[in-house]
Amino acid sequence: MKICISSQGNTLDAQVDPRFGRCQYFLIVDTDTMEFEPVRNPNINASGGAGIQSGQVMADRQVTAVVTGNVGPNAFQALRAAGISVMKGTSGNIRQAIEQYKKGELKAIQGPTTGAMMAHGR
Amino acid sequence: MIISIASGKGGTGKTTVAVNLALSLHNVQFLDCDVEEPNAHLFLKPEIHSQNIATIPIPQVDEALCDYCGKCREICAYNAIAIFPGKENARGSVLVFPHLCHGCGGCSLFCPRSAISEIPREIGIIEQGYSGDIEFIHGKLNIGEIMSPPLIRQVKAYTNPEKTVIIDSPPGTSCPVIGSVRGSDFCILVTEPTPFGLYDMTLAVEVLEKLRIPFGVVINRSTIGNRSIDEYCRIKNIPILMHIPFEREIASLYSQGIPFVREKNEYRKKFHDIVRLSEIQQMVYRK
Repeated sequence: MKICISSQGNTLDAQVDPRFGRCQYFLIVDTDTMEFEPVRNPNINASGGAGIQSGQVMADRQVTAVVTGNVGPNAFQALRAAGISVMKGTSGNIRQAIEQYKKGELKAIQGPTTGAMMAHGR
Repeated sequence: MIISIASGKGGTGKTTVAVNLALSLHNVQFLDCDVEEPNAHLFLKPEIHSQNIATIPIPQVDEALCDYCGKCREICAYNAIAIFPGKENARGSVLVFPHLCHGCGGCSLFCPRSAISEIPREIGIIEQGYSGDIEFIHGKLNIGEIMSPPLIRQVKAYTNPEKTVIIDSPPGTSCPVIGSVRGSDFCILVTEPTPFGLYDMTLAVEVLEKLRIPFGVVINRSTIGNRSIDEYCRIKNIPILMHIPFEREIASLYSQGIPFVREKNEYRKKFHDIVRLSEIQQMVYRK
């Protein structure tokens, strides 16, 4: 299964980035083989709609779940529309987050965890 | 002639200068483009004659026609549309984020299946009236809206080139400011002699140089702080149009909503001179 973890770096030892829309990297991981691909987030400096576009990246990459810290209302709406579940997991590094995900230890995020950050970089 | 008033830093006295300038001239049209917090009306106290709802066209997608090709989201510079094609023959979904839409119309224009129509969305109100013989127009952005440039454009559409048009711009150096000052014949930068005043003014100077708008500087509260603005202007060869001293009487009038030229007549001539100076600057600039 393919999942994505918002990451501060481009390896499995990097820390989870608590932001979704403006995280440093998306680490796309195959949980069966532990193969991964780091994708530099193109939306870090978007003037607005970073969460929406990041949600779009998730849909284009066909991930089934996102592990992150916080998602804003727009990102949450986008991920829900794409049928992607959002899990909260910010303790530790990427490898640990994947393990926790596989063991079913992470909680699903049921709604936006932050207010709108729209036009943050305006 | 169109004269805009900008600053970089907020709270330096843009509205004070704009209002007093307007009251010192004849045949004036005043546009308050600081639509996020317009306040010139507190000083000019215009009688409002007309109110018009300002709207922008936002996309409405007919999902029966949409094949989720994604052209609309590619064209959208503001990330206001997201497209999620359905998995394995399931219907996909299209999300429109109205608050991010600038109403440019690109998505409906480029939709290959004509699935996008446009519906108006209210973003604010434009009020027009008179303060004495000054024609007064301002825009008020609705609470919660984040896109001021479309409303600023609609306020500026009232521009009457037969008059001396005074544009009170928002602070800063981003889109709302550029939208306000663009097309001006001259821009007055109002600043104060503090490190913040100087720093933010240098950013505004860069914007005006890029937009190729001639400009000069008014130093407000000039008798406190330091001499850094005078020094900067001397080095950069920027004309200083006026010094407004830090004076109790001016502050007191301001706090009562009274433009100080009403009580301090000598300033009318000084504001008049600013316009003369600006005309010279414009001629120099064109050469």
